[in-house]
Amino acid sequence: MGLILAQLLTGLANAGALFMVASGLSLIFGVTRIVNFAHGSFYMLGAYVGYSFMQVLPGAVGFWGAILLAGLAVGLIGALVEILVLRPVYSAPELFQLVATFGVILVVQDLALMIWGPTDLLGPRAPGLGSIVRIMGEPVPQYDLALIAITPFVALGLWYLITRTRVGVLVRAATQDREMVGALGVNQRWLFTGTFFLGCALAGLGGALQLPKGGADLLMDFTILAQVFVVVVIGGMGSLPGALLASILISVLNVFGVTFLPQSTLVLMYLVMVAVLMWRPFGLLGREEVAGELGQVGEPEEPIAPAGRAVQALTALGLAALASLPLWGGNFAIVLATDILIFCLFAASLHFLLGQGGLVSFGHAAFFGGGAYVAALSVKYADTPMELALLLAPLGAGIAAIAIGYVALRATGVYFAMLTLAFGQLLWSLVFQWGEVTGGDDGIVGVWPASWASGNGVFFYLAFTFSVGGILLLRHAAHAPFGYALRAARDAHARAEATGLATHRLQWAAFAFAGMLAGLAGGLFVFSKGSVFPNELEIARSFDALIVVFLGGVKTLSGGWVGGAVFKGLEDTLTRFEYWRLALGLTIIAVVILAPEGIVGGLRKLARRLGLVRAADAPARQKEPAE
Amino acid sequence: MLDVSELDTFYGKAQVLHGMSFAVGQGEVVALLGRNGAGKTTTLKSIMQLVPPRGGRVTFGGRDITGWPPHRVAQAGLGYVPEERRIFTQLSVVENLEVGRQPPRDGAVAWTEGSLFELFPNLAERRRNAGKALSGGEQQMLTIARTLMGNPALVLLDEPSEGIAPVIVEQMAHAILRLKAEGLTVLLSEQNLHFARAVADRAVIVEHGEVKFDGTLADLEAHPEIRDAYLSV
Repeated sequence: MGLILAQLLTGLANAGALFMVASGLSLIFGVTRIVNFAHGSFYMLGAYVGYSFMQVLPGAVGFWGAILLAGLAVGLIGALVEILVLRPVYSAPELFQLVATFGVILVVQDLALMIWGPTDLLGPRAPGLGSIVRIMGEPVPQYDLALIAITPFVALGLWYLITRTRVGVLVRAATQDREMVGALGVNQRWLFTGTFFLGCALAGLGGALQLPKGGADLLMDFTILAQVFVVVVIGGMGSLPGALLASILISVLNVFGVTFLPQSTLVLMYLVMVAVLMWRPFGLLGREEVAGELGQVGEPEEPIAPAGRAVQALTALGLAALASLPLWGGNFAIVLATDILIFCLFAASLHFLLGQGGLVSFGHAAFFGGGAYVAALSVKYADTPMELALLLAPLGAGIAAIAIGYVALRATGVYFAMLTLAFGQLLWSLVFQWGEVTGGDDGIVGVWPASWASGNGVFFYLAFTFSVGGILLLRHAAHAPFGYALRAARDAHARAEATGLATHRLQWAAFAFAGMLAGLAGGLFVFSKGSVFPNELEIARSFDALIVVFLGGVKTLSGGWVGGAVFKGLEDTLTRFEYWRLALGLTIIAVVILAPEGIVGGLRKLARRLGLVRAADAPARQKEPAE
Repeated sequence: MLDVSELDTFYGKAQVLHGMSFAVGQGEVVALLGRNGAGKTTTLKSIMQLVPPRGGRVTFGGRDITGWPPHRVAQAGLGYVPEERRIFTQLSVVENLEVGRQPPRDGAVAWTEGSLFELFPNLAERRRNAGKALSGGEQQMLTIARTLMGNPALVLLDEPSEGIAPVIVEQMAHAILRLKAEGLTVLLSEQNLHFARAVADRAVIVEHGEVKFDGTLADLEAHPEIRDAYLSV
């Protein structure tokens, strides 16, 4: 009994920081419609900044003052990021802003490394609250009790701000219809900046408050991000009471999980999320997303067309040059080109899903890593030959995609994205925690290609054939009736249904198809590296692909593989430098601001301006209804 | 007071307004008439800069407001009441009004919650109700009241009589005449000629994004062929 109570208290104490971060993310999403990937980074900054303040400010006043100052400082940094990075890209296609926030993650990671160094920082103890008290015989840290006491005040203050003040009224109004709020004379820019300040300050506060419990380290940004996404989705995007409820649920669940099911804590969290979303697709207290809120807004998309002869000839020439690489390139170049090819297939498969299907998946790594693990496990346990393993990888990933798609496609928009993320994390935590079978953190090693394909040159041709073949297959699908139907379902769901298209089944098929090709890329990946580790399934890997697709250009046919090639090449060049994340992050942000249509879209625009390509829309005669 | 000159407005590649030009004088009530799809709503949105025109100019109170962000247009004294009402359904009636609140303006009526509840008594009874709980007519009143909270000098009213019960339409006409009596300038879009007759001084008829007629309602009565050509269904 005492143990259970103590566990409950620990859970409640952990819920505090989680709630603060989650409510900040929820607020920002509600008002600006931006899924702020960098929210975990602001949490991390809060911990580091709070630590530094605690070093200089003495005593109890200094300790609590440092926490408040950390919140304030992080809020200001958040506002600055909004003004410098996000303001220039608000008019870009929906969801493009999350690429910019991903750039912020990288920049913050390296800045934190530069300023505070690579060693984990041990959080200072709260003055006067450093010991434990015994509750029914069980030790409970005093600081936990303090956190339990503080959280309701933060929640109450937030509740007052949102429900009882003019700012709160404006925030809630903007959550529903921000254009109307602007038409009524409210400057949205400052509303957005203010929301960012508040949301980031909350994240910073959460980071600083947990210092005595967890300290500060460079991994906390992604660790909290996955949890916060889960909380926000379970609670309902944009709902503060929902965030509070879900924070408590998840925190308590985690604590009990650690005690009673230590092998499945992570899995448990995602299972709960999936269950909740199957029961209530918009979270416990969320409201239904209004159709089109997250759809493609702005300029209608141009119809896609096969590239012109000149571009086709250039591409063929490029492929021929690439194919001859083993004849003239060094070993290093061949290995790098193999990496890039495999990554391009992975990116192109997600690009198909996003561009053609309009389905934004945050968990595409599940199929890449899934395929990789299917191949690796079949080799490890059944001595499967490489040829068969390369067949099993897409097959396994495709089956996984059919199963995951069945559940995830019940939701739409950001909830679909979050469900895919949850499934990705579910798979990751399964692999990570089920060590006896999967090797856990140590991965599976010694998965080498068949002897005939073991030379770098031969394996390069193998990867070349499958990757280019896969990308051509995707291109073919886009130009086939399947692609037309998918785009119809994406752009005008109801009208597509009315013309007799089974949109749900189409999207399901697209999801499985994309998953299968990602699995093929994963299979190739294992044999190229000889090993696989859980991080191939991780949230960061999914984000990599997502970023690449947006950077390449969602609304272009070649955006996936072009983005993949540029990103991978850039990453390889930059990782030789110490602060490569900073450079990569800044590059990403620069591309986002300079070319909001992505690399391919930007190039196309440039080519048109230079008169190299004729604009597809030159004779614009068609008239659309005016209302 | 409001001068619309040579507006060209597009949705994507489709041009909706073709050199739209007309003017609204101080204290006037002008009805923008025309069939569905003629470009009435787009004209109002272009004036408000919600759909910025690609060509032409909008001058309001002597200032060129073309290209301004909508919130500055609103702060300059232009009130916009959208056709779809767009009230905040999660917010209560008083909270909806709060969103519209702007400081008083020289030379314009300063509205308060109290004076608006007097103008629309139905809303007073429902002040604590959420926007989604209101009837269509009440929502229409709320959207007008919300815009008036900004103390505008000129109100753009998009189809105020659309989709509400006849008895409410009558109340709406009274309200518009009250606004006129208070000295407000009104530009409203209408398909209902009957309603326009009841409230407007002047009619501007649009078709295919162009002005086809600009004159008093008496002029329009005198030329039934114009009405038949552009208004009858």
